[in-house]
This record gives sequence, C-alpha cells and structure tokens, in this order.
Amino acid sequence: MFARGLKRKYGDQEEGVEGFGTVPSYSLQRQSLLDMSLVKLQLCHMLVEPNLCRSVLIANTVRQIQEEMSRDGVWHGMAPQNVERAPIDRLVSTEILCRTARAADEEHPTPELEDGPLQSSASELPIVSPAQGQRSPPSSLWELDNPQENRGSFQKSLDQIFETLENKSPSSVEELFSDVDSSYYDLDTVLTGMMGGTKPSLCSGLESFAAAAPPPSSTCKSDLAELDHVVEILVET
Amino acid sequence: MVLAWLPVASAHPHRGRHWSSRSQICVIVNTALTLWSTEGSTVKTTAIEEVVNSRMTRTLTEIDSQEESSGHSLLLQSCRCSSQEFCPADIISTVEFNYSGDLLATGDKGGRVVIFQREQENKGRTHSRGEYNVYSTFQSHEPEFDYLKSLEIEEKINKIRWLPQQNAAHFLLSTNDKTIKLWKISERDKRAEGYNLKDEDGRLRDPFRITALRVPILKPMDLMVEASPRRIFANAHTYHINSISVNSDHETYLSADDLRINLWHLEITDRSFNIVDIKPANMEELTEVITAAEFHPHQCNVLVYSSSKGTIRLCDMRSSALCDRHAKFFEEPEDPSSRSFFSEIISSISDVKFSHSGRYMMTRDYLSVKVWDLNMEGRPVETHQVHEYLRSKLCSLYENDCIFDKFECCWNGSDSAIMTGSYNNFFRMFDRNTRRDVTLEASRENSKPRACLKPRKVCTGGKRKKDEISVDSLDFNKKILHTAWHPMESIIAVAATNNLYIFQDKIN
Repeated sequence: MFARGLKRKYGDQEEGVEGFGTVPSYSLQRQSLLDMSLVKLQLCHMLVEPNLCRSVLIANTVRQIQEEMSRDGVWHGMAPQNVERAPIDRLVSTEILCRTARAADEEHPTPELEDGPLQSSASELPIVSPAQGQRSPPSSLWELDNPQENRGSFQKSLDQIFETLENKSPSSVEELFSDVDSSYYDLDTVLTGMMGGTKPSLCSGLESFAAAAPPPSSTCKSDLAELDHVVEILVET
Repeated sequence: MVLAWLPVASAHPHRGRHWSSRSQICVIVNTALTLWSTEGSTVKTTAIEEVVNSRMTRTLTEIDSQEESSGHSLLLQSCRCSSQEFCPADIISTVEFNYSGDLLATGDKGGRVVIFQREQENKGRTHSRGEYNVYSTFQSHEPEFDYLKSLEIEEKINKIRWLPQQNAAHFLLSTNDKTIKLWKISERDKRAEGYNLKDEDGRLRDPFRITALRVPILKPMDLMVEASPRRIFANAHTYHINSISVNSDHETYLSADDLRINLWHLEITDRSFNIVDIKPANMEELTEVITAAEFHPHQCNVLVYSSSKGTIRLCDMRSSALCDRHAKFFEEPEDPSSRSFFSEIISSISDVKFSHSGRYMMTRDYLSVKVWDLNMEGRPVETHQVHEYLRSKLCSLYENDCIFDKFECCWNGSDSAIMTGSYNNFFRMFDRNTRRDVTLEASRENSKPRACLKPRKVCTGGKRKKDEISVDSLDFNKKILHTAWHPMESIIAVAATNNLYIFQDKIN
C-alpha cells in the first residue's frame, strides 16, 4: 500500500486519540502539495517560453489532488467535523507524509520514516503539539503549523502565500486565476479546464499556449513582485 | 561487460579553453577574446578584436613557439566567463558519436557545437587506443527573439544527430527549440596558388600587368576544418523541439516537439509533413505531451514516440499520412501499491532509443530504465532501477524541480549493455546478459590517467560503509543527463554539466 520504507501500524489508528494525529496531517500535506504545485505553475520565467511538459505534469498533479479532495468532500472548504481515518486506497505522497508526520513521530513511534527532506535541516522540522493536532479541524491546525513548518524548505517568498492561504479552500484557486493578468492566461486555460470550466477561457479563439505579448512591464517584474500580486489577489478573496 | 574503465588521456575539461594539438584553433567568437600564448617564460597577450563579429570558424595563424616545452600551448579564454567557475553557456546539452565512432559531437547551452576526432592509432604504441581531440568548433544557433510572443528562443542545442558519411565531408543535424540546421564539416588541406587575376594577398591584379597566363597549383597547407550551414529547417514547430532522428533511408528525418512530429526531406527546407499531431482541439484538455521520438534503425516506415504518461506508441507511416493512430501501444500497468501523487511524473519517459538490432527499444523514466521487445506491448522485458533510493525523496525532488530532469540512455554497439546517468555525477551501466550493474562517477578527482574508475555505492539506510555515499549527501546539481556509447568499441562519453569525460575499457 505504501511505498517502500514507510511503515504504518494500524493499531495506532484504531486507538482513539493518537490516530487523529495522522489524518489531518494527510489533508494538510495534500493541501501543501497543491499549493506548491500552483505556485510552480505561476512562477514560470516568462522571458523564455515555459516548458510545456513540466506545466502539463504539474497541472495533472493538481487535478489529481483536486479530484481526490472532491471525493473527500473537502473541495469546497468544508472541513470534516469528525475526522475519519484515511481510507486504504488514498494516494500517498511518502515524502510529504515523512515530513510533517515526523512531528507526530515525537508522540507516536510510528510511522517509521525515511531520511528527512533534502533541503531542510533537522532543526527546522515542524514541532506540532499532538494535542493541537488531534481534535481541531484542519484549518486551525494549518494556521498553527504554518509558522513553523515549511519555512526551512520553501523559499521565504513562498511563505507569504502560505500564510495568506490559511484555510483557503481549493475553490479559491478559481478566483486566483480570474484576476491574473494576461501574461498568465496560458496557464489559465489549462487550469480552468480542470475546474469544470466555470469561466470562459480568455483566449478561446487563440492557441492557448501561445501567450500573446504581455505588457512590457510584466517581463520586467521581479519574482517577488509577481508574488506580491498573487498574494494581493488571495487576500481579496 | 567491461568493468574497468579508464579515462582517455585527453578528456576535455573547461570548454571555455581549447587546447589544440595542431597549432590551429577554431574559435567561436561573439565577444572579445583574449589570446594568450606562452613563449618560454613570458606570456604574451593579443587581443582579437577584429573577429568579434565573426560567426563562422576562423583559423588563426600559428604562433611561433620557440620553447619546446611550451609546445603548442595556446590558451584561449573567454572574457565573459572569467569571473565564474564555469560559464553556464558551457553546459553540455547533447553528446553524440557518429556512425564510425571517429567523431564525437557535443552541443551546449550557448548554441555551440564542438566536435572531437579520434586520433589515428599509433601502430607503435599499442597501449594507447587513440585519444579524442578537438576537431572543429562552431556556433550552430544564436539566441533569437520571437516578436510575436515576446519570448526568447534559447540557443541551447537540444539534439545533434549525425548523417551517415557519404563523401569526404561530415554532415550533422543540430537543433534548438525551434530550428534545425544541417551542418557540413569539411577539411581543407590544400590551397591554390598562382592565380592570374589576383595576387597572393587577394587583391585584384591590374589587368595590364598580366603578361602571361599560368595554371594555379594546389599546394598543401595546414589542415583547416570548416563548418558551414547547408540547410536551415525553420518555422515548422510551434512548441519546443525535443527530438530529431535520421531515417534509415538517409534521405528523410523527423523532428518532434511537445505535440507534433514532422517529417522532413534533407534537401527540402520549405516544406515538412506533419505525421503525428496530438494537440487537442481544446487546449484545456491537454494532459499528455510527446517527450521523445525516434525512427527504427532499419525499417524506414516505423517510428516510435514516447509520452509524458509513460506510454510508447509505434507508428507505421505506410498506414496513413497522419499517424495519429498507433500501430502498437506500449504501456506497463501501474503498480497500485506504489501509487502516489508523483506516480505520473516519474513515469514520464524522458528518452527512447531503439537497439542497434532494431528488435528492442529502451525507455528512461525518472527512476528506471526499461527494455521493451517490440513484439510485446504489455510490459517491458527488462526493468533496471537506476536510483530507487530516490523514491522516498520525491517530494523534495518535486520541490526543487529535479523530478523534471530528463535523463537520456544509450545502448552499446552489441546491445549487450545499457548506460544512463544519475545525480552526483554518477552514471550507471547495466549488462543485460550477466545482469550485473555498476555505478561509476565522472569527476576530476576520479579521472587520473591510467587509473580505473572505482565502482561507487549509494548507502540507502542503516550503517554507512566506508566509501559509500549516503543519499542525503548526493549533489543534485551534478547531474549526468547525456551519455553516449561508441557504436562499435568500448568507449563512452559522459557529459557532467560543463565537462566531457571520455572513458575506454582497460586493455589487459
């Protein structure tokens, strides 16, 4: 079920309290992967045409996560009141589970983990108090976690996005792209398709992946300025 | 399988500098160059401002070197790279032996092509098999700007493919993201002297001064290697070209981008036929792209292309003009126990290569190399793990984008062994007959002449033994994406970022 190296003991999950520690973590990690993927799609270097293969693979990953989230019923931001244990057939990202579950590791001896993430040092591992992780809904857990976790792994500029995402539901992603300026609309068309096409594509008559000339200023924007822009949009929603 | 590999004496580090063995240097210039020469103990510099605008190969006249010890020690250094350890434009992006193996071509991120030639074997010294020295260097592609899209077109050479040799000249195809060029590399070792209408400087002679006619005589001159573009195949690809492949008919070739494959005739540059098109009518439905394509080595109507979803399609051009419907479809069923969010990404095939026999093909995905029998579509006949220890690191590798690295793979001449690259300047070889595999490292420290490469081992967990490297110590910036194997002999070329390493088997 799980990739090699990752052990899970069902005994822990059947016990009442400790079992909750891992389940919100999974949603959390999935959300984190979703956010990371969206950021990756946004932060392409617009001077050179973005790599289509990479964009398609990331977009497929995002779609996969969103499909799973819809199945779970968390798509529209409804945090499940009673936290169930993750079904067996859930897609598992072993590294994600490794990273934040390591905090849970302090309370429970399991799950056994592989070596930590490549870029984060041991001192930056998240320290989640198990009491917080157990009963509270995922959203508040996310808020509590966020200042500590991921800071070492992600760039500083990405933290701005995560802090403002807070308990943002994945549906906010739609609004995310509705206000994006025209230099991003090629990404827009890929992702709006995934979200059920709730809004008409901006470039319905054009080759979607051939971006029209963006306003000259956009090519001069620094990455940080682009992120500020994205953050502004998120804050508005 | 050859287990002992030796570095060939003239492995070539630092492509910014070219050591010439012929006292003649072919230089690529698009900025000012400083030419240094050593004469005895003094170092003389000569600025070559006048060649700044040249885009073609130029021959510099030999600089006398009085001291025997300095020999042919001409050192060229590009000014713009002096501040960095290495120039990003020097990153090698493709490596390819020609059909005989005597020539080895490399392309780099700066749009240059450097061709190495194997020295003729010295009959007296049986121990040395022939080293590879710089033969020709030229600027193949320049950076361009697409005004319609306001985007830059990189000059990075994505692929080089040689044409079979038909006369004294050599031909190769080189491509960047958008344009393919056919280059002719020819030698000139004679020049004509005694023209009637112009004198030796090239100035026209005054017709009244000509009193007698003479026949120009061909006199030998120092060897000069010229590269000239013979065909430019442009404007046929909307997306980035990832593969080119010369057909076995030696008249046509294919070029593949993310969504389309085009068929060209080598003589015709203003027309190409689209033979595969997977672009959906609605781009929002795009979920799969073409990642590599190749013609069958013997059957000129057969080609394969791989996709980002881990599938390979074999097409027969005889069936229809547009080969959207495949003749064969190769896909290995997914292992449900190892599914993760990254399953699709790591299944994306980065390279596909037919065996020399034409009976098998090999595909490279992120963690493994698979050998397929063309007659069996359901699953590969062999699967070789390249760096399975990375499976638990996929999230970090996704984060730093390493998961999107496109590794290539290659067969040896007899199809008994396959080779592919990994991280930390490691590369892996698999012997298909003995089932043995070895991990080797291409690095300066390990490339002492006459010292065999030592097998390396990555420690995956538990106690780290001596000489082992733990997974966390791997340098993911040192990736070997491009390797090539001599078509007949046990000589391999390995590109490690900006360095090219050539190894040959140990002669017992």
